[in-house]
Amino acid sequence: MRPLLLKGGRVIDPSRRTDGVADVYVVDGRIEAVGMNITAPDAEVIDATGRVVAPGLIDLHVHLREPGQEELETVASGAMAAAAGGFSAVCAMPNTDPVTDNQAAVGFIVRQAMRAGKARVYPIGAISLGQKGQQLAEFGEMVGAGAVAVSDDGKPVVSSQLMRTALEYAQTFGIPVADHCEDPTLSAGGGMHEGLVSTRLGLKGIPSAAEEIMVARDIILAELTGGHIHLCHMSTRGSVDLIRRAKEKGLRVTAEATPHHFALTHDRVEGYDTNAKMNPPLREDADREAIRQALKDGTIDVIASDHAPHHYDAKEREFDDAPNGIIGLETALSLALRELVGPGLLTLPELIDRMSTAAARIFRLPGGTLAVGAPADLVMFDPAARWVVEKDRIQSKSRNTPFLGETMPGVVELTLVDGQVVFRR
Amino acid sequence: MPDVSTTLPKDLVGLEPLSRDQIQLILDTAEPFKEVSERQIKKVPALRGKTIVNLFFEASTRTRISFEFAEKRLSADTVNVAASGSSVSKGETLVDTARNLEAMRIDMVVIRHQASGAAQFLGKRIRSNVINAGDGKHEHPTQGLLDLLTLRDKFGKIEGLKVAICGDVLHSRVARSNIWGLTKLGAEVAVCGPATLLPRDIRELGVTVLPRIEDAIQWADALNILRLQLERMQAGFIPSLREYNRVFGVTSERLARAPKDLVILHPGPMNRGVEIDSDVADGPHSVILPQVTNGVAVRMAVLYLLAGGSPDWATATSRSDER
Repeated sequence: MRPLLLKGGRVIDPSRRTDGVADVYVVDGRIEAVGMNITAPDAEVIDATGRVVAPGLIDLHVHLREPGQEELETVASGAMAAAAGGFSAVCAMPNTDPVTDNQAAVGFIVRQAMRAGKARVYPIGAISLGQKGQQLAEFGEMVGAGAVAVSDDGKPVVSSQLMRTALEYAQTFGIPVADHCEDPTLSAGGGMHEGLVSTRLGLKGIPSAAEEIMVARDIILAELTGGHIHLCHMSTRGSVDLIRRAKEKGLRVTAEATPHHFALTHDRVEGYDTNAKMNPPLREDADREAIRQALKDGTIDVIASDHAPHHYDAKEREFDDAPNGIIGLETALSLALRELVGPGLLTLPELIDRMSTAAARIFRLPGGTLAVGAPADLVMFDPAARWVVEKDRIQSKSRNTPFLGETMPGVVELTLVDGQVVFRR
Repeated sequence: MPDVSTTLPKDLVGLEPLSRDQIQLILDTAEPFKEVSERQIKKVPALRGKTIVNLFFEASTRTRISFEFAEKRLSADTVNVAASGSSVSKGETLVDTARNLEAMRIDMVVIRHQASGAAQFLGKRIRSNVINAGDGKHEHPTQGLLDLLTLRDKFGKIEGLKVAICGDVLHSRVARSNIWGLTKLGAEVAVCGPATLLPRDIRELGVTVLPRIEDAIQWADALNILRLQLERMQAGFIPSLREYNRVFGVTSERLARAPKDLVILHPGPMNRGVEIDSDVADGPHSVILPQVTNGVAVRMAVLYLLAGGSPDWATATSRSDER
């Protein structure tokens, strides 16, 4: 493999707290050197002037639909979309068909990802067999096959006993338990946030309490068990308060927020736009603001896309009957730049931390660093350049995004995994 | 007299998007149409040659018949489609139903659907005019309009009136259309019912919340009493119909303690002995049947205006036929 030399970019590496113009030299899939005026006669030189060079982004929460719904997305198409969005690694949720709840299923995803050769795909195994919320899945076997965490995402873990057991048992393998926090008795039948907009539109709402009750429960169980709970797609100000207090107590609680929850509010549902239908739902202004502040102060550790592909037919229907979720891999970085960095809330190094370094740290994944000797997983993007979200440009097999037609800052130009170019514009 | 410069949007999906002038225009246009239904020959040629599909995905008697009479009295050609026995029951999606209707070059669709937003969904996808005859828990604009017309008949004007909407506001499209229509025309609106049946943040729509039916009766000039869907009890919103009647039922005993005679509206169908007692429904201050009569006139006005008719013609049409 020919060495690569990225010349003169703004190299941001939160793992080493560095931020400055430098060259990055990649040899044999690893970071060989980072420094000024590196010369390498046999390397392919890439001009990185005006670009940001950073550790490849890591998304802890995506749905790749394979096996079971390959018409919506596959491991390969999802890994390609990830690379196009600047992600060198993603964690695939287990709500596939059949459910990823055993070592063979985990191994299948690992193999599909290797065949695709794009972004790394780390499977997340199910907590319970069939995500039925009853019998614990074989965490050890799944970790052996490549799983990096367990979750019943898409379905809440209703039984507190099961969650307690999962948090205890997962400690043997040093993996986090990721929970989709939702009390289904409060959310049943709901399609959007319960508030003024749901009242006006006559849609059944999901109160913030449906999330917060489970966040509180999970935190209490994390305290009881000493286990690591990772709270998925936090959407309410009440959840942020609960996490902040848990962290002050030193509990092993980590959390993620999605770009749509820091970018949009329930007003976006106006006109019954099914691309604004997700679970947890888009909330109120004060919630969005709390999520943004929590990303700033680290109460929420990471940004995760909750990439959820759906067919256009499924979204082209009555709001109540449309499925939840939007694709997000290819817009996550741009939305973060627009909503968080643009207004001055997060610095670029803070953003790279929330989208890469912190993600690697809390899920104990390789990556998130440009340290010499580390695998060369990196992204180069132009933070000032703009692009328009158009159907033809999207690499995902699905197009369900509320951001179609919008002009966004931040163009990903190069994504490397193990020093291999997996995306280049 | 109606303001001829005011026009309506392509579709009537609710009263929320309409201005005060647009609502006033419909009510004023309904006035001359009231008389058409009082004639021996109940027909004017205003919509001759127009084709209208009544697309009812949900059971309805009163609204469907009222629309059909309104269409026929305007000389439109109408087709009724019920969800059962149509391609809908074979799994056809709403968007495909819409495209097929469009392909048949119809002029208007009247739609009743169990999903909130269904009328708007259809309106965005076809060129024909769409009239919402009730979508989920969202709006039922022609019901709101006929309630306004009935109140205007009774009181002379809407502005300054105190109207309490009582009962299951949470699940009621009638309540939402009433709130928009009444507040836009300057009425004061209160909602009254058990907190389990009042939607979140309802005060932000500009209404007062009265916790007890006795408070509503003391406060209001008119009560619009909503139907309590019997399945609400199974869903756990109220413990029993009996208790609902005891605590929230509009009874003649409660009305006797009102400081004035209250006008009583109900969108029907009534559950006598639950939300309203028979002697109230059949009493001297009930306008429940005039509401039904006005329903036809209001729907004629909406159909006529959406088809491009001017309010002047409405008056002229009805007069010229008198000769």
